[in-house]
Amino acid sequence: MALLSIKNLKAKINETEILHGINLEINPGETHAIMGPNGSGKSTLASVLAGKPGYEVTEGEVFFNGKNLLEMPPEVRAREGMFLAFQYPVEIPGVSNTNLIKSAVNEIRKYRNLEPLDAFDFISMIKEKAAMVEIEQSFLNRSVNEGFSGGEKKRNEVFQMAMLDPVLAVLDETDSGLDIDALRIVANGVNKLRRKDNSFLVITHYQRLLNYIVPDYVHVLYKGRIVKSGGKELALELEEKGYDWIKD
Amino acid sequence: MEQDNNKILDDFAESEYKYGFVSNIEQELAPKGLNEDVIRFISAKKNEPGFLLEWRLRAFRHWQKMKEPNWAKVKYPPIDYQDIHYYAAPKNFNKYKSLDEVDPEILKTYEKLGIPLEEQKRLAGVAVDAVLDSVSVATTFKEKLEELGIIFCPISEAVHTHPELVEKYLGSVVPYTDNYFAALNSAVFSDGSFVYVPKGVRCPMELSTYFRINASSTGQFERTLIIADEGSYVSYLEGCTAPMRDENQLHAAVVELVAHKNAEIKYSTVQNWYPGDKEGKGGIYNFVTKRGLCEGENSKISWTQVETGSAITWKYPSCVLKGDNSVGEFYSVALTNNFQQADTGTKMIHLGKNTKSRIVSKGISAGRSDNSYRGLVKISKKADGARNFSQCDSLLLGNKCGAHTFPYLEVANQTAIVEHEATTSKISEDIIFYLNQRGISTEDAVALIVHGYAKEVLNNLPMEFAVEAKKLLSVSLEGSVG
Repeated sequence: MALLSIKNLKAKINETEILHGINLEINPGETHAIMGPNGSGKSTLASVLAGKPGYEVTEGEVFFNGKNLLEMPPEVRAREGMFLAFQYPVEIPGVSNTNLIKSAVNEIRKYRNLEPLDAFDFISMIKEKAAMVEIEQSFLNRSVNEGFSGGEKKRNEVFQMAMLDPVLAVLDETDSGLDIDALRIVANGVNKLRRKDNSFLVITHYQRLLNYIVPDYVHVLYKGRIVKSGGKELALELEEKGYDWIKD
Repeated sequence: MEQDNNKILDDFAESEYKYGFVSNIEQELAPKGLNEDVIRFISAKKNEPGFLLEWRLRAFRHWQKMKEPNWAKVKYPPIDYQDIHYYAAPKNFNKYKSLDEVDPEILKTYEKLGIPLEEQKRLAGVAVDAVLDSVSVATTFKEKLEELGIIFCPISEAVHTHPELVEKYLGSVVPYTDNYFAALNSAVFSDGSFVYVPKGVRCPMELSTYFRINASSTGQFERTLIIADEGSYVSYLEGCTAPMRDENQLHAAVVELVAHKNAEIKYSTVQNWYPGDKEGKGGIYNFVTKRGLCEGENSKISWTQVETGSAITWKYPSCVLKGDNSVGEFYSVALTNNFQQADTGTKMIHLGKNTKSRIVSKGISAGRSDNSYRGLVKISKKADGARNFSQCDSLLLGNKCGAHTFPYLEVANQTAIVEHEATTSKISEDIIFYLNQRGISTEDAVALIVHGYAKEVLNNLPMEFAVEAKKLLSVSLEGSVG
């Protein structure tokens, strides 16, 4: 059974339909990339999957773990194992990274009928995952994303992803605004998390990221529809020919 | 003109007198209205010494000449001061026979705060059998204090047992001439706490009204007086986190603190009087005057408050830093939701040399509420080397509420250093969604943000109180987002 199954998904924001019927299946262990020009609906797809308020699904269905995703509030989708790495992570003054991640980890554990992590296990887990994305301990005591550089914010997203261990991670333009070193760190972090039983949906505008996070499938989103799908070579072809090639 | 007024008032007083209620000393409830006879009646009921009656009458006469202040950023219909009972026999009026009769919304809140059943009954005004445990705990407590020479009792009792202390200190920090509500309180105050800590004694436990034997419903015009003699220390807790039911809409309390040389007073408040319903109906008007005098050198007074209740809050716990090297602190979280209005802050009056003050104010507004910080830092001519640091932050939930900051600064000494920082932030939908996406529900997300925001203040509360206060903040904000 597919982990994520999207059928004829149509969605609008402010009375404007952005997604005009998306079909996509992701199986456990697969990494899918969604590419497309600006305004094609890539981020809208990520937002609709995560349940961001303001987006209205007008048609179609989405099943996640065999459950109707569209009926779940955003926090339940997260607890079911969906993680969104935000394109623009927000700053949350007064709430430390550690505090946020502790609440999140324990909420998700509670949903799975597990006891909260004890302080010792939590700290060793934090140390391990922080090392993976090369972030300093002191960074964890700071308020969430407050005063972080663009690269630090993205690394923080991947750190949280590592802590929450999702079954499906949606990366919304995680490469945007990253220099090559930061890109490498972020991509390495993601690659270390790839297993047979989890899946990734990598949304990106550029092929560059896919040199580091090599996808199993590449889909091209254009004007709210997936117009072309293929293997990882498709990304290279796109890079070479540009999006105009698709538009014909 | 004045004479005319006096005549009218006299006539009014006489006409009341004609109905003869004063002669009926057994009566449990004074008739509505305020005049000298009502004050004599209150004083007689409490069998007060002459000096106190005289003082009450002077306060009343002064109050009559005063006008209700209107500078605060709060709105309410005019109060008819002649439509209030100023004396009710000091006993609990139990409104309900059992918890079944109490508003289920209130019971739900009690449950969320984890309040034991017997305690719930007491708070909601249900008739309770004597809870033997709490009485015996309180008795043990009192014996321990007596050993150390600490006096902790209702002020109505102190008037009889320690009249010299009451006469010396009552009104010494907040004179009845201070303001309209302080004058009213001085004239009619019902009861409150009295604390005296002798020289060199460190009070080993937190003193709280909860353990004050015979603490009956004295909410309306409470009067508290705390004196820390040289080198002593005391921590006092006022209020409780549970929503308190009270039939009286107008509350005008006065709290006076006196810290002598090398003494320290820590005063913590959690105020959760009935705030009115979601439509803004009902709720307590809380007009409080709180002031501490750092009388001696090296003395310290620290106010910590968590204000979540009342329809209107008007209070400015202040410090007069008279002794050299004395220290004043004010830590506040004021939360308003629905239609609540709060105008609160502090005054730090630096008189002595090298005096220091610190202000940390955290306002949280939700719903259609209005939350103002109003603070004065005054450095007098002689206060060489005085220092102040103020931090005033506002947090907004939604876009129908208001937050305002009114800092006043008067510096008459060149050597003073005064710093002021202020921030305003908003809990946006984007932040909530971000936290939702991490598996955290909207209510928990708000709690996480608010606790982080108020941390610096909550950390100043005694530990157990801090835990309760955190819960209280979350419960008070329920339903305010999303």
